[in-house]
Order: sequence, then C-alpha cells, then structure tokens
Amino acid sequence: MRLVLFIAIIVLCGTAGDIAVSHAMKQIGEVHPLTPAVILGVLARAFRMRWMWIGIGLEAVGFFSLLALLSWADVSVVVPATALSYVTGACGAKFLLNEKVAPLRWAGVLLVCLGVALVSIS
Amino acid sequence: MSSRHLDKKTYVLLASMVFFGSFGNVLLSKGMKQIGEILDPSPMALVSVFVKTFTNGFIWLGISSLLVFFVSYLLLLSWADFSYVQPASAIGYALVAVLGYFMLGESISLTRWAGVLTICAGVALVGRTEPRTTGD
Repeated sequence: MRLVLFIAIIVLCGTAGDIAVSHAMKQIGEVHPLTPAVILGVLARAFRMRWMWIGIGLEAVGFFSLLALLSWADVSVVVPATALSYVTGACGAKFLLNEKVAPLRWAGVLLVCLGVALVSIS
Repeated sequence: MSSRHLDKKTYVLLASMVFFGSFGNVLLSKGMKQIGEILDPSPMALVSVFVKTFTNGFIWLGISSLLVFFVSYLLLLSWADFSYVQPASAIGYALVAVLGYFMLGESISLTRWAGVLTICAGVALVGRTEPRTTGD
C-alpha cells in the first residue's frame, strides 16, 4: 500500500511537472546550434520562466518521493513502475500541449503499459 | 533546418538522456541502500538521514548524472514532442534492468525481463512516429 501511494505521487507530480517544463521549452523554440554558449543562454532564459519553476517544483516532489522509495525498494521494480506516467504523459501532451498523438504512438504507449503490468506482476 | 539534421540532434540528445538518466538512478539507489531504510520518522532521525544522504559520494554522482540528463531533456523538448520524448526515452528501462542486475546484484525474473522487452517494443513503435507535430 505504501508502495502504491509513493508511485502515485511520483507519477502524478512527475507528469504535471514534465508538461509544465515542456510548455516552457516550447515557448523558447528549437535550440540551435548546440554550442555551450547557446545552451547556457537558453538555460538562463528558461530559468526565468514561470512555467519552468512550476514544473521543477512538481518534479522535485516526485523526485524526493522517488529518493525515499529507492531506500527500501528494488530499483528494477520502482523505476519501471513509474512508467505509468506514459499514459498520463500522452494524455497531457494531447490535451494540454496540443500534440498530435498518432495511432502508432498510442500503440507504443499501450505496449509500454503492458510492459509495466508484466514488470509489476513479477 | 533539415529534418535529417533534426533527427540526428534528436537521437544524440535521447542517447544522452537515456544514459545519464539510467546511470543516475542506479547511483542514487546504490547511495540510498548504503544509508538504509528510513524506519524512524522523528525530526532528529530525519536530519541525520538528510546529512548522511548529502555527504554520500554515490548520491552526488547520481545527482550530477541526473543534471546532465535534465539539460539534455530540456534541449530536446525545445523542438521535439513531449509525447515522443517521454516514450522514446523508455529504452532506458532496459538499461536500468541490466545495470540493476550487474551493479546492484538484483535478481530479475523471466516475467520482468518480458516486461522490459515489451516496453522496448512500445518504444520502437513510438520511434517510428514524427518527433515534432507542433509548429514553432
């Protein structure tokens, strides 16, 4: 039960944080070229954005829950179980970020879910 | 920007994410296992766990590795779909299972291996979709 609760916190906070961070980076647009100066400039700009901090805050909650969970559970159980965030992530990307999630991509997400189920059984 | 060049950038950053993300998680796990299970929730005990955590070399290596992962992730998200990047990076699960097996000596059952392989098949499908479906 404690394991399920921790995984729920990790998945929900992690996904919401990822969507917020993704929204911030989309506002910046394609980083090019990938030189240290350009990367540092982009990071400086990214970390002045409100959505970036909202996202990082939520990811931090997920991260520290993961850190606590890893102190007593197997990494090869915990990490695959957090793959539940693929469903919440694809839904968030479609409805909040307006990405086109093609049938092939949904099929991939479903296979990942099946994989997660198999991993959870063992 | 040609889509071929964009693909190359996408794969390089995905590889960086997968490697540093998996490696970072395994290092964190190794560090936290050295600290042991948190049984006593009293403030003094938690402070002691906090100090032990942030003076552990594996924890710092893990955090550094995850920082590289995060920067790669941010750069990738500046042009690629989140619904592409997130599943595509799941190939890291295979790496985590293998690292957990060899570095932490965790046992991995046949079912768990099957799960890891299924996840990989899902990643392969996602990898066949266009990385970017929204305009800049």
